[in-house]
Amino acid sequence: MDSADVVITGVGAISPLGATSKDMWQGLCNGRCGIGKITAFDPAGFSCKLAGQVPEYKIQSFVPKSYRKAIKLMARDIELSVIAAYEALIDSGIVTKGIDPEKINVDPTRMSINLASGIISCDLIELAPAVAAGIKDGKFDIRKWGTDGFALVTPLWLLKYLPNMLACHVGIIHDIQGPSNTITCAEAGAHLSIAESAQIIARGDSDIALAGGAEAKVNPWIMLRQCLLKRATSQSNDDPETACRPFDASATGSVFGEGAGIIILENKQKAEKRGAKIYAELAGVGHSNSLNPAYEHLEPDGYGLQIAIEKALEDAQIKPRELDLIVPHGTGIPADDLAESKALEAALGEEIKRILVWPTKSMLSTTGAASGVLDIIAAVYAMKEGRIPASKNCDKKAAGCNLNIVTKPVQTKIRYALSCSYTYGGQTAAVVLKNLS
Amino acid sequence: MIKSNEKNRVVITGMGIVCPMGHDIETVWQGMLAGKNGVARTTIFDATTYPTNFSAEVKNFDPMKYTKNPHLHKYCSRGSGFAIGAAVQACRQAKIDIETDHPADKIDRTRLGIYLGAGEGSLDNDIFFDSIVQAWNGQTGQMDWLKWAQVTCKLNPNKELEQEPQMAAAHIAILTGARGPTRSCLTACAASTQAVGEAMMMIRRGYADVIISGGAHSMIHPLGVMGFNRLTALSTRNDSPETASRPFTASRDGFVIGEGAAIIILESLTSAKKRGVPILAEVIGYGSSSDAFRVTDMHEDARGAIQAIVAALNDAGISYKDIDYISPHGTSTQENDYIETKAIKAVFKECAKNIPVSSVKSMLGHLIGAAGAAELITCILAIRDNIIPPTINLHDPDPALDLDYVPNVPRRKHVNIAMKESFGFGGQNNVVIIKRFSE
Repeated sequence: MDSADVVITGVGAISPLGATSKDMWQGLCNGRCGIGKITAFDPAGFSCKLAGQVPEYKIQSFVPKSYRKAIKLMARDIELSVIAAYEALIDSGIVTKGIDPEKINVDPTRMSINLASGIISCDLIELAPAVAAGIKDGKFDIRKWGTDGFALVTPLWLLKYLPNMLACHVGIIHDIQGPSNTITCAEAGAHLSIAESAQIIARGDSDIALAGGAEAKVNPWIMLRQCLLKRATSQSNDDPETACRPFDASATGSVFGEGAGIIILENKQKAEKRGAKIYAELAGVGHSNSLNPAYEHLEPDGYGLQIAIEKALEDAQIKPRELDLIVPHGTGIPADDLAESKALEAALGEEIKRILVWPTKSMLSTTGAASGVLDIIAAVYAMKEGRIPASKNCDKKAAGCNLNIVTKPVQTKIRYALSCSYTYGGQTAAVVLKNLS
Repeated sequence: MIKSNEKNRVVITGMGIVCPMGHDIETVWQGMLAGKNGVARTTIFDATTYPTNFSAEVKNFDPMKYTKNPHLHKYCSRGSGFAIGAAVQACRQAKIDIETDHPADKIDRTRLGIYLGAGEGSLDNDIFFDSIVQAWNGQTGQMDWLKWAQVTCKLNPNKELEQEPQMAAAHIAILTGARGPTRSCLTACAASTQAVGEAMMMIRRGYADVIISGGAHSMIHPLGVMGFNRLTALSTRNDSPETASRPFTASRDGFVIGEGAAIIILESLTSAKKRGVPILAEVIGYGSSSDAFRVTDMHEDARGAIQAIVAALNDAGISYKDIDYISPHGTSTQENDYIETKAIKAVFKECAKNIPVSSVKSMLGHLIGAAGAAELITCILAIRDNIIPPTINLHDPDPALDLDYVPNVPRRKHVNIAMKESFGFGGQNNVVIIKRFSE
C-alpha cells in the first residue's frame, strides 16, 4: 500500500484546439493553431489582441441534473475544469456518482482531487451595475457603494471566484471525499498539483486522484496584466498563426489563452486489478525555485528549473540517456525560453543534442494553470501513439538555444518523457513519465 | 517515484507571526493569555457604510524593517509583507541564514523548501472602481473596453504581479535562497493547515529536510469584505467590535475578518539534531478530507470533518484519548461552531466534554488563509507553557453546544498533544496533530 507506483489511467482536456483531449492531440498532429483574435471582449485597447479560446460548450451536458442549479455559481474557470474532469473520468472507466449513480465502481473516500487554479478574475459586467450605483458626482463613492451598491451584488458572488471552487465543484459532482487541494502557483501549478497527487497516492492516502488545472485567462483583467508585464506579444496582432514562437529567433512574447486539463492518477496495483487502461507511469517529480528579483522572469541561467529537472530524473531513477521526449514550458517570451533552454542543457548534458523537444504553446497558447497539464497530456498521447508531431513557428532557433526542436513529425518509441514548467514568482517543476508498454 | 519507506520524524524548529495582536510571538501570546483582542474599526479602507465596519487589522507594521534588501520586496502586497516579517522571525529562531550567498546553517538549499497557504493581494481599488465607472454604459449594459483599457493602463505592472497568491512564497525564496520543493495552495480558510500538513508529509517521505511553511493573507479590502458580507458570513455587531468574535455563544452572528501571516519551520529530526537547533514540538499527524456536499454549507453530519480528524489520529498512530487540547476552527458562525462541536463529539465520544476546546479566533479574528498556521502556533505555545488560551467573549453559552470551550480565562493544564482543525469554504477539512518533543 505505502510507496505505491502511480499510473495515469485517464485524461481529459478542453483547449483552444478543441473540446476534448483527442481534439487537442489531432490539432497538435495537424499543426493547427488555436490562437485567434479575441472575441470574448473588444480588445482594441490592448497591446495584444490575440488569445487561445476554447470552442463553445454546453456546461449542462457535463453536470448531473441534480446539480445544475449550482451552475450559476461557476466562473468560467470552474466550468472548464468540470468539462475536463468529466472526460478524464469517462476515459478512465471510473464510474462516480456524477457519471452514473447506479453504477458507481469506486470508494469515494479513497479518491482525492488537486487542481491548479489562477486568481479568477471577476466578471466586470456582472459587477458594474453595483459599482455604478455607488457613483456620486460622477465618481465612485465607497460609502454610496456600501449603501446602494451592495444589494445589487448577488449574495453568493464571492463563491464564484474563490480559487478552490474548481476542486470543490468537481469534487461535489463526483463525490470525491478524500483530500482536496488547490495549488495556486500560476503556470507551474498543474505540475505541482500532479506532483502532490502522486505523493498522496504513493503514501497511501488515496487510490485515485484527479489532478491538473484550469484557467480562463481570456478576460480583460488577466489579459491586461499580461500586456502590462509585456509578457504578451504586441507584434503579431494581424497574424495569429505565427504570433507565438517558442525558442524562435524572432519571438516577441507569448499569447495567452484558456483551457483545462485533468488526468486520473491511480495506484498501479489497483488500476491493474480493475483492468484499467494504463497510459503511462508517473515515474518522477521534482520542484524548486528560480531566484530572480525580476519576479516575472525565470533567472537567466535557469538554475531553479535545472534543479527541478534533475530532481525529477532522480525521483524516477533514470539517466538523461533514457529520455526520448521533452515537452518544455516554452512560452515564446525570449528571456524565459533562453533560460529554460540553459536549464535543460545543464540538467541533461550531452544528451540534450539527441532528445527531441516539442514545444506546444505556438498552437495551444499559454493557458495559465492549465498549461502544464495540457503539455503532460500531449506527452501522454505522444507516448501512446509512438509519435511526436512537429512543433510550429520555430523556424530559426534563437541565439543560445541548443535544443533539438522537432521540426517534422517523428515515429518513435518514447521510453521516458519529461515535461517541465515554471512561473512568474519562481516556482519550477518537472514531471517524468514512463512508457509501460 | 523513489520507493521510500523511510518515515522521518518531523519537528518544528522555528515560528514567527505578524497578526492583529502583534508582530512577534511573545506579544501575541501574552495578549491572548490576558484575553485581549485585535478587533477595531476598519481603517484600511472606508467601511463606514458596510454592514460590517470593523475587522482585525495588522497595525503599524513595516515589512521593510525585516530585510537588508527592501528594494527586492518594495512592491509586495500586504499579505506578502506579513509573510516576510513572520518568515524572518521563524528563520532566526531556527537558525536559518537569510539574505546571504554563503549560508552557514548546514542546510542544503535544494532540500530547503517552502509551502504556504497564501492568498491573493488586493486590487488597486481606486483604479479598479474608476475603470468601471468610466467604461460602463448603464443604458446598453455594456463596457467600453477601449475606455476601460485607457484607465487601467495606469496600473503598476509590478503591483499587479504581486497580487498573485504565489508571491508570498516568492519573497520568502528570495530571502532564504530556498531551492527545495515549493508550493503555494489556497483552500480558503483551511489553506495554511493544509500547507503545513503536506509540507510535513514531504519531509517525512524524504523530499526535503526543512520546509518554511504556514500562511499569509489579507482580505480586508473593499471586494473581500463585500463578498463575505454578502454571504452573511461576517458578524455585523458594529456597536461592539471587540466582542463580535464570540465562538460557541448563543448570540454569535458571524466571523470577524482578520489578516496576517504565520510561519512555521518544519524540519526532519535528523536535520534538527545535526544542526543542533532547539526543537519546539513534533508534528505527528495530518488528515485531510472533502465534504463533497455543497459549496455553501458544511456537511450536516460533519462527515468530512470527522473523516479528517480520524485520518489525522490514524496517521499519528494515537487514540482520541491521547489528545489534551483541541484548537478548533471555531469561527463564531452559527453553522461552523455547531457542526464542529458535532464532529468533536462524534470522534471523541466519552472524552469529548473533558478536552479543552478553545477558539483563539475570539481574539485574533479570522486570518482566512493564514488562520490555521497562526492557531497552530498557539498550540505549540500551549504545549510549551502548559497553558490553554481562552475563548473570550463567551458569556452566553449556546445551550446546544456543550463542550469545554475554556471560557474567558486561560487555564493551566499539562498539554502533551494538541490538535488543530481547519475547515475551508467549499468543504476542505484539514487537521494537524503536534506533540511535545521527546526522544
